Formats: sequence, C-alpha cells, structure tokens
Amino acid sequence: MTRQEQYVAFMTIVRKEIKRYMRIWTQTLLPSAITMSLYFVIFGSLIGSRIGEMGGFSYMQFVVPGLIMMAIITNSYSNVVASFFGSKFSHSVEELLVSPTPNYVILMGYVVGGVSRGMLVAVVVTIVSLFFTELHIHSYFVVVLIVVMTATLFSLAGFINAVYANSFDDISIVPTFILTPLIYLGGVFYSMDLLPEFWANVSRLNPLVYVVNAFRYGVLGVSDVSLPFALGMIALFTVVAFAFSMHLLNSGKRLRQ
Amino acid sequence: MIPALTIENLSKVYSDGFEALKGISLEVQQGDFFALLGPNGAGKSTTIGIICSLVAKSGGRVSVFDADIDKDFPAAKKHLGIVPQEFNFNMFEKGIDIVVNQAGYYGLPPRLALQRAEKYLKELGMWDKRDVPSRMLSGGMKRRLMIARALVHEPRLLILDEPTAGVDIEMRRSMWDFLKRINAEGTTIILTTHYLEEAEALCRHIAIINQGKIVENTSIKHLLRQLHKEVFIFDCVEKLPDTVVIDGFTVRLMDAHTLEIEVEKGQYINQVFSALDTLGIHISSMRNRANRLEEMFVNLVEGTA
Ligand SMILES: Nc1ncnc2c1ncn2[C@@H]1O[C@H](COP(=O)(O)OP(=O)(O)OP(=O)(O)O)[C@@H](O)[C@H]1O
Ligand SMILES: [Mg+2]
Repeated sequence: MTRQEQYVAFMTIVRKEIKRYMRIWTQTLLPSAITMSLYFVIFGSLIGSRIGEMGGFSYMQFVVPGLIMMAIITNSYSNVVASFFGSKFSHSVEELLVSPTPNYVILMGYVVGGVSRGMLVAVVVTIVSLFFTELHIHSYFVVVLIVVMTATLFSLAGFINAVYANSFDDISIVPTFILTPLIYLGGVFYSMDLLPEFWANVSRLNPLVYVVNAFRYGVLGVSDVSLPFALGMIALFTVVAFAFSMHLLNSGKRLRQ
Repeated sequence: MIPALTIENLSKVYSDGFEALKGISLEVQQGDFFALLGPNGAGKSTTIGIICSLVAKSGGRVSVFDADIDKDFPAAKKHLGIVPQEFNFNMFEKGIDIVVNQAGYYGLPPRLALQRAEKYLKELGMWDKRDVPSRMLSGGMKRRLMIARALVHEPRLLILDEPTAGVDIEMRRSMWDFLKRINAEGTTIILTTHYLEEAEALCRHIAIINQGKIVENTSIKHLLRQLHKEVFIFDCVEKLPDTVVIDGFTVRLMDAHTLEIEVEKGQYINQVFSALDTLGIHISSMRNRANRLEEMFVNLVEGTA
C-alpha cells in the first residue's frame, strides 16, 4: 500500500471509531459526565469544604485534575477494549485482516479512536468542573502532552486486553479489578504526603501515580513526583505497550487460526 | 498468462492437532469460473482462510496473480475479494457504512469509495436497504451485502464460500446471473459449494476436495461425461487379439481374457454385443465396474443431507 492509501485506511478506522462512540453516546460520553459531576458535588463541594487545603490548594482544585485524568484513562481504555473485542466477537475484524492495511495502521487507527474519546470526555468533564471551581492551567504544554500520552498508553492497554479477551466478562475484569483500584490509589483524592512513609513508597510502584501527578503538575504546578521522571515512565510504558501490541498483531495470536 | 491462483502442496494442522489439509495443489487460470466442491469438513473454508490470511498455513505455497503470500501478502490481498461462509458484520453498522469502510481499508479515497459502494449495492439490489443496520437484514440480503463488500475494490479474483447457502431459488438464479456477468467481464471466480448442480450451472473447472485432499481436478464437461458413463467388464472365453476396436466406444484390454468398455449416456449395450459378435468374441460373464466418481457423489450427497 502506498502512504496515501495507508492514510486513507487509517482515517477510515478513526472515523468508524468516532462514529461508533458518538452513536452510543449515552453509554460512552454521558456516564463520565454524570459520575464526574457527582464526584465534584460530593468530594469537591460537600466533603471538600470540610477538608480544607490539600497540597496548598482548595480540595476541589486539588481533586479536579485527578478526576479529569480518571475520565481520560477509563474512556480511552474502554473504547478500544470494547470496540476491538466487539469486532473480534462479531468477526467483523476480518474485514480489516483480509485487507492490505498494515498492522501498524490498524493499531494506530484504534488507538487514535480511543485517544479521541478520552480527549473529548476530558473536555466535557473540564467544562462540567468549571461550574464548581476555577481552573488556572499552569502549563498548557504539559497538560496536552500528558493527556495525549496517557490516552495513548491506556488505549494500547485496552487493545491488549481485547486481543486476549474471550468473553465480554474478560473485558470488564481488568478495568474493575485492576484499573479502578490503581486509579483510586494513584493519588486522585489525596496527596502522597498524607500517607505513612511505607505506603507512600509502595504507591510509587503504581504507574497511575505518575500519570495523575504529572497532570496535576500541568494544571496546578504541583506534583508529588518529579515531572521528567513521570514523563519518562509514561513514555516507557507506552513504548512497551506499543511493541507488545504490534507483536500480538504480527503473530496473529488469537486473531488468526 | 500467469495463473490467478496457485496453490502448491498446502497443508494445515489446527492447534488441536487436526489435519484439515493434507497437501493440496491447485491452479486456477485467469478468467476461469472454478468450483471447489466437497462435503462438510472437507477443508474448503480452511483453504480459503489461508488464501485470505485468516488461517495460518502449516506448509506449502500460495500465490495470487504471482504475489506469493509469504513474500508480499498485501499485494496478494489487493487482488482478492472474499465472501466468507459465515456472516461477519458488525451488527450495528449500516450496509452502506460496511461497504464504504471496506473500500477505505483498501485505500480507496472516500469519494470513490462512495461511488463504488453505490454501484455494487445497486447491482445486488441492496441500495434500498443501505441504511438498515446489518442485524436487521434477512439472510439472503446479508449474503448480497457480503458480495457487494467483496467487490468494492474491484478485485481480479473473487472467492465465494457457499454464496447461495440459505438463499431462495429465485434469488439464487439472479445471484448466478450476476456472477456469470462479472465473470464474463473479466473477474476470475472461485466458489465452494455442496451442489454439483450449482457448479454445473456456473463453472468451467472443478476440483473436488474430500478429507483434506483433492480427489479430482478437471473441467466440468469432463467430469459430467465421467459421471454419465458406465464401465463394463467383459470376461471372454477365447484369448483376445492384440487390439479390439468398436466404433464409438472406448475399449481397453485389461488382460488376455478381459475387456473394459465404456458406455456413455445415449449408447446401448446391444451395440457392444453385436460388435463383439461380429468380431467373433464370446462373452462368458459381464459385470459393472464401480464408478469411482459416482460413489464419491453418493457420499457427498449423504454427507450433506
Ligand atoms: N479452528 C479450528 N480448529 C480445529 N479444527 C478446525 C478448525 N476449523 C476447522 N476445523 C476442522 O477442519 C476441517 C475442515 O473444516 P472446513 O471448515 O475447512 O471445512 P469445509 O470444507 O469448509 O466444510 P463446510 O462445507 O461444512 O463448510 C473440519 O474437520 C473442521 O472440524
Ligand atoms: Mg466451509
């Protein structure tokens, strides 16, 4: 395939992905807007007002970046895992597999689809958050960089999950039992300073700590971990996830017989 | 002219150890209309799966218009249009989106993709149903949608895996006419079927596959002649001369006392007897040699009943 043809195939996948989550927006876009509003009301306004400051900011200001990041992670992950597993389950993935579209184009198409949903939800949630608090962005560059990198990483993770999944149960196990706990323990709701030293160190093994804190740095200018280190870790995880996804596609594991 | 499809010594062992293909070889010429006939489980879909990359082969070689799938699968795929045996649509997608997206996967720019989708959906009588989600289409409509999808990039080789399964007689006829037309316009076609009648109506060449082996590979005409022919074995009293010729019949000398004579449809055994009489050959006994092909077809029919 020429570059031009590959670009056409790539855009076809991206458009199809966007069309999919737009068509079912009540299942893909709305839930995040609602849950995040609830978080803002409960943690930000009701409980937050009693907590006082966290890391030098009002609790609401502190918690908003983490919640936006949570929405980005869950949405990019679940978009790719649901869409790719769905196409595997219905065998419509064969439409792509029999075509000359190269594997990296297939992977990038799905990933960009997931990233676009993550970013769209981020925008929606950010707008909702503006009803509850003021947001001053410390560094737009860091914010955009982290959002794109994180959404890419978790889209890839969703892809890997989809390749291995054999049933619809398999695509909810990882989000429920691994992703959500890691996000909750990743410093969305509290600063690492609050933890006893032992647990603060344990937390450093959680990749979500870097994601949440790097993003919080971009928004508020404060972070529990160093920014370059956090960026490096996210980049490393992304490269590994990409290489592994390509390996799965090239070997045809669970896709071809 | 290079063949449209070349398969050499193709084998497949599935992960559970089942040997679905035991070294098959096939060649399909450009412009041909080729039937792959065989009972359930013969290995037809496995063969097609390998050609279009959905199944990994265990051994052998495949090339499509000279593009070897081991060396340049994308080039081979460009020439290929596949209509699978099982429906493989996204249930929620509309017919038009399914066809347009497929065009996109072959690199056709959106405008052209839309034109082609319209052309082939119309030709297959599916244009009115283009905005219906695929899950709401009937079985016959889904089949036609799969054909439109397979043609959207105008492949030189179209492979259909049981295209008329679950299609009513009228629709089957119009599908046949459509396939004949695009074949006449230059598309090489391979189809699998359980029905000799379908192969007879459409195809010029036929391969019969059974238990992972090609058991016959010939022209339809020749096959039908073979099928409609009976072979009789005559035991003769005296030692036979070196050559025995009977006008209009194929005669073979098996040994000094045995003759084998083919009787085709429309010929009479009486003619054989009178000719033998004239030659002074006396028959002590006669029997019918089992027709290998006919036996196979009985099995095929039983296999699919
Ligand atoms: N994924 C698989 N794993 C193990 N065995 C398989 C697999 N797919 C097919 N087979 C076996 O391989 C053999 C050939 O199957 P195939 O689907 O190629 O037959 P077919 O000729 O298309 O039959 P049909 O006319 O029923 O469609 C069968 O015995 C089948 O059980
Ligand atoms: Mg089959």
